[in-house]
Amino acid sequence: MTMTNSATLAAPVGGLYHRRRITNKVALGLALGAAGFGLFWLVAILWTLLYNGLSSINIALFTENTPPPGGEGGLLNAIFGSVIMTTVATLVGTPIGVMAGTYLAEFGRNTKLAEVVRFINDVLLSAPSIMVGLFVYEVMVVRMGHFSAWAGAMALAVIVIPVVVRTTEDMLKLVPNSLREAAAALGAPQWKVITMVAFRAARNGMITGVLLAIARISGETAPLLFTALNNQFWSADMNAPMANLPVVIFQYAMSPYEDWRQLAWGGALLITVTILLLNIGARLLAGLGTTRK
Amino acid sequence: MTEIALALTEQASTTRRARRQRLQDAAFRNATLAFALLVLLILGGVTVSLIDGALPALRAFGFGFVATEVWNPVSENFGALAPIYGTLVTSIIAMAVGIPVSFGIALFITEMCPAWLKRPLGVAIELLAGIPSIIYGIWGLFVFAPFMQSTVQPFLISTLGQIPGLGNLFMGPPYGIGILTAGLILGIMVLPFITSITRDVFETVPPMVRESAYGLGATTWEVVWNVVLPYTRTGVMGGVMLGLGRALGETMAVTFVIGNAHRISSSIMAPGTTISASIANEFTEAVGDVYTSSLVALGLILFLITFAVLSLAKLMLLRLQRKAGV
Repeated sequence: MTMTNSATLAAPVGGLYHRRRITNKVALGLALGAAGFGLFWLVAILWTLLYNGLSSINIALFTENTPPPGGEGGLLNAIFGSVIMTTVATLVGTPIGVMAGTYLAEFGRNTKLAEVVRFINDVLLSAPSIMVGLFVYEVMVVRMGHFSAWAGAMALAVIVIPVVVRTTEDMLKLVPNSLREAAAALGAPQWKVITMVAFRAARNGMITGVLLAIARISGETAPLLFTALNNQFWSADMNAPMANLPVVIFQYAMSPYEDWRQLAWGGALLITVTILLLNIGARLLAGLGTTRK
Repeated sequence: MTEIALALTEQASTTRRARRQRLQDAAFRNATLAFALLVLLILGGVTVSLIDGALPALRAFGFGFVATEVWNPVSENFGALAPIYGTLVTSIIAMAVGIPVSFGIALFITEMCPAWLKRPLGVAIELLAGIPSIIYGIWGLFVFAPFMQSTVQPFLISTLGQIPGLGNLFMGPPYGIGILTAGLILGIMVLPFITSITRDVFETVPPMVRESAYGLGATTWEVVWNVVLPYTRTGVMGGVMLGLGRALGETMAVTFVIGNAHRISSSIMAPGTTISASIANEFTEAVGDVYTSSLVALGLILFLITFAVLSLAKLMLLRLQRKAGV
């Protein structure tokens, strides 16, 4: 009804209205197509990952070390290495990031210095991670004379810092000033106001940031290639090269051996599922924070 | 007498406490300041260590380093032209795919999508942004490259490859891996990044502005093209630059499918290399100071390019923020 109405109304203007409607339809059709096209590839990637990865998920994957070509084995040493290095990186990077973020949100709100730090932090946030690998290589590996898990963990810590700085600052800025003023009026010194009131109010958001940072580094490969390197065997020595999932996946996927490739798919699925779970957990936690307020 | 003394000591203790608190405050404040400065120090450290590491190569080859194509580990002769070319071409392909598709998805989410689908779709895109690049790489190597080899590339050779001039871009045997494949995978990879920023800036348009345009009888497309896009231009550009920064520096997704060949071919289907792929592939195997240093010098070039692009992106997004704030 409305359609015919507007059509008759537009008739005097001639083809113009018609042309505008056609343009609109075509453009929106293209947008719909683009959305479908983009989502198609992203779904295709996840689907092949599931299809190829599921068949290599078994007990051996978690209980046996990486095999030589043609041998039976799993990814135990690589999983262990990834967990250790991610943990150390998080433990080192989180306090640094939280402190720096606190400065930006609490002390340096409108200072020139904070503006510069914020800018540099945002650049670091999306800087290519291979650069971090080169940096840690020059600073640690060359000095120490050998590749080591410490170097790998430090490279990952450098990636954790900007993520945590950013979320800490954002979350602290969401804490209402009246809370801080109330605490200050009771005679609390500023450091207590920040650590015992502002941090507590922003806690969920800050944990979200840490979870996102962990998710980010669990899949990072480039910074580990020439810091932690890789290790065919079980090693818990932080001063020696250590196996880790991303580099093992890289090495095995590029190899000509079918069973190595199969393991690579299994590892890839493992990493992706971990990261998706971390991301979803972070999101749920962030959601909790907002509803409570 | 005793009362006065008591009052005096009390006063002394409160001033002492106040002084202690001031000290603690200053200590805390300076500690946070030190860590904030550490962030600057990291960037400074990256810059200095890259320059330091690149010096031997730059001293050996001078500015010719960025202008020569030769890459010969045996004679220790290195030039960065092929990786720079590969980095730029793959990024251009990625942007050619990524920008229109991201724009389409953002348009779909903000203007066309039913309300119940909006949130899940937005969350899905953000989750996809979290998938590590090595996953794109392994998928590219085992699924996408064979598909390119068997279907897309033969088709391109038999159609576009026959056109004189333009055909040079699509010549040669269908290897599957190569510049084109790497560029397309990068294009898929940057989709979530560009889309989520474009969507966010589209939503900064005040409803009043949008609705006035609709009220004047504009179609959805006209509202987006003539009102929303001009309003958010700098923000969208910022998002695009951020995606470009990703594409330029992306390592693993490219390393798997680029073929690591240090040469510049006229065909975009031929194997090539990018800066980050060269470093990832060769760094641990590089013997000799000049070889290692040349790879670090490549890293320095990448650092300068991405730093410029990311700074520009950040400035553009800041400008939009200020405008939205006013």
